[in-house]
Amino acid sequence: MREVAIVSFAQAPNVRDAGAKNEVELLMPVAHAALERAGLTLQEIGFTCSGSSDYLAGAPFSFVMAIDALGAWPPISESHVEMDGAWALYEAWVKIQHGAADSALVYGFGKSSSGEIRDVLSLQLDPYYVAPLWPDSISLAALQARALLESSRYSEKDLAEVAVRSRRNARSNPNAQLAGDVDPAALLAEPYLVSPLRKHDCPPISDGVAAVVLAAGDLARRICQRPAWIRGIDHRIEPHSLGVRDLTRSPSTELAAEKAGVQQGPIDLAELHAPFTHQELILRDALGLRDDVELNPSGGALAANPVMVAGLTRIGEAASRISAGSAQRAVAHATSGPCLQQNLVCVLEGE
Amino acid sequence: MEDPIQDITTPIRLDYQYTAGSATAKFLRGLKQGRLLGQRCPKCAKVIVPARGACARCGVATEEEVEVADRGTVTTFCVVHIPVPGSEIKPPFVCATIQLDGADIGCFHLVSEVSPDEVRAGMRVQAVWKPREEWDHTFENIRYFKPTGEPDAELEDTRGTGHA
Amino acid sequence: MANPAEDVLSASYALEFSYTRSVGPVIGRFLTGLRDHRIEGVVGSDGKVIVPPTEYDPFTGAELESFVEVGQAGVVTSWAWMAEPRAHQPLDRPFAWALIRLDGADTALLHAVDAGDESRMSTGMRVKVRWREQTSGHIQDIACFEPEAG
Repeated sequence: MREVAIVSFAQAPNVRDAGAKNEVELLMPVAHAALERAGLTLQEIGFTCSGSSDYLAGAPFSFVMAIDALGAWPPISESHVEMDGAWALYEAWVKIQHGAADSALVYGFGKSSSGEIRDVLSLQLDPYYVAPLWPDSISLAALQARALLESSRYSEKDLAEVAVRSRRNARSNPNAQLAGDVDPAALLAEPYLVSPLRKHDCPPISDGVAAVVLAAGDLARRICQRPAWIRGIDHRIEPHSLGVRDLTRSPSTELAAEKAGVQQGPIDLAELHAPFTHQELILRDALGLRDDVELNPSGGALAANPVMVAGLTRIGEAASRISAGSAQRAVAHATSGPCLQQNLVCVLEGE
Repeated sequence: MEDPIQDITTPIRLDYQYTAGSATAKFLRGLKQGRLLGQRCPKCAKVIVPARGACARCGVATEEEVEVADRGTVTTFCVVHIPVPGSEIKPPFVCATIQLDGADIGCFHLVSEVSPDEVRAGMRVQAVWKPREEWDHTFENIRYFKPTGEPDAELEDTRGTGHA
Repeated sequence: MANPAEDVLSASYALEFSYTRSVGPVIGRFLTGLRDHRIEGVVGSDGKVIVPPTEYDPFTGAELESFVEVGQAGVVTSWAWMAEPRAHQPLDRPFAWALIRLDGADTALLHAVDAGDESRMSTGMRVKVRWREQTSGHIQDIACFEPEAG
């Protein structure tokens, strides 16, 4: 296995609506910043991979226009996934493992403000049995939340406390959208949005971009004083049908965590891609995280949830804290699909 | 006994509010005033029309506004024989890449008032605008381009430059 | 710098696709059943009955071929109250989304329950199918479910 590290990370401020700026205009400064921080030009990068969604953008091949932000001349080696940028990172990591590249630029982008994100996400569902009913993303998450609450492992108060912690942590994140001190009792007094979920249990709608540069071995050491080494990375997916799954657990996260070697050492910090409060609790249990682990210091997806980006951002946030020296070993997680159907787990470590 | 079900229709509809982007908005606003606006790349100095806010070759932001003429040269074209769903344009019709005078890359539009078999790369063309009162934020303010009758222009060999 | 508010030029548009999908023999059999007011499941590798039927076992990947009819009523295993229904959803008045395990099935089907009020919903309650007046071989042949208690 080649040693691969994250050597730089950049993101745009996450906002409810990026206004006049289109995806190319949002991406350009972020991609440039990631490259500059790595001291590499696009032509020196071995492979470029992005994550985004055509249904989110409302146009086919929407990721192709994003290349305008990079300057792909002479032509570059490039790929794309219709998924969160975390999976673009996985593809780039595999490319480097194969020896086809020594470095990669990975980015995710998406403007959830353009369309109705709750309905857009319905299109990822079973097209025969489920999608024609148009269950939206919050309704499906609510089904999972009720199952968790009725299992008696957690209460609505536990869910509210996840929201409180997320926003409190987000106060130190200049790129977060929802930050501040909120009183859990005040949150619980709010009406349900789709019961048993309230507004604070759900993610904000965000426009955003994030980019990461990967580098192998000695190149990483030359670029970065303290690279965040990817010691393990794995992703697993569960059956498509919600009705055959135990929604109160995340077996795919458990298995990905095992394969990535999460428990092979102490974990200082975890960045978990949990767009809903109850999902953070399920994921924490699936990863076997102890109470002393610093959880979502960035505020997580409850503080900013640019769809197609938030998972990659978790990896970048964890990596940058390792590079800054404030953590030695971290786990970063990304999710895709309804009710945590598919999960990617990444273990990062300083030298 | 009816036949077993072999297929289903599952129509979808999603509504969007599409934002043009700062540079494209400038281009469209220009069109509403009857002007064609491009931008010059600060790195390669090429003038890109329509203005897009970025030079795709250099990967840098473009800001310097450059107005270009509403006449130019056909660099390549095709003759379309099949109707476009939802369009009033009757085949056969000509779609062309037209490098407007002052621009370094081509843009797409229709060529008309000429027999398709007379259209050629190098042909000089001029925009035919809709009446001013019909102008909106759209390239369709120009109905099509028609031949000017000038002698053909010599085309720059752009092979290998990354620009069309 | 120009005022950002001046720069926003936007237009609304709709993306519409008609999508005709071939269903194959397994989904086709289920939908044919719905057209005829019959609900069928498929027997999984471990003998459990999967509704709606899948072509392959979700856990072993084995091809599944054995069908059984299941009941038209069953138990709610989880639910969520949709106070403000969105476009295209099964009902245009408040309703519950629910996972429903029909009698004889071992897995749950996702659908809507026309309960009238959130207070009528509970995990474990029994609900029954309400068929659409005209069925055509589509998941929407089940218009929704309703409380069995009436």
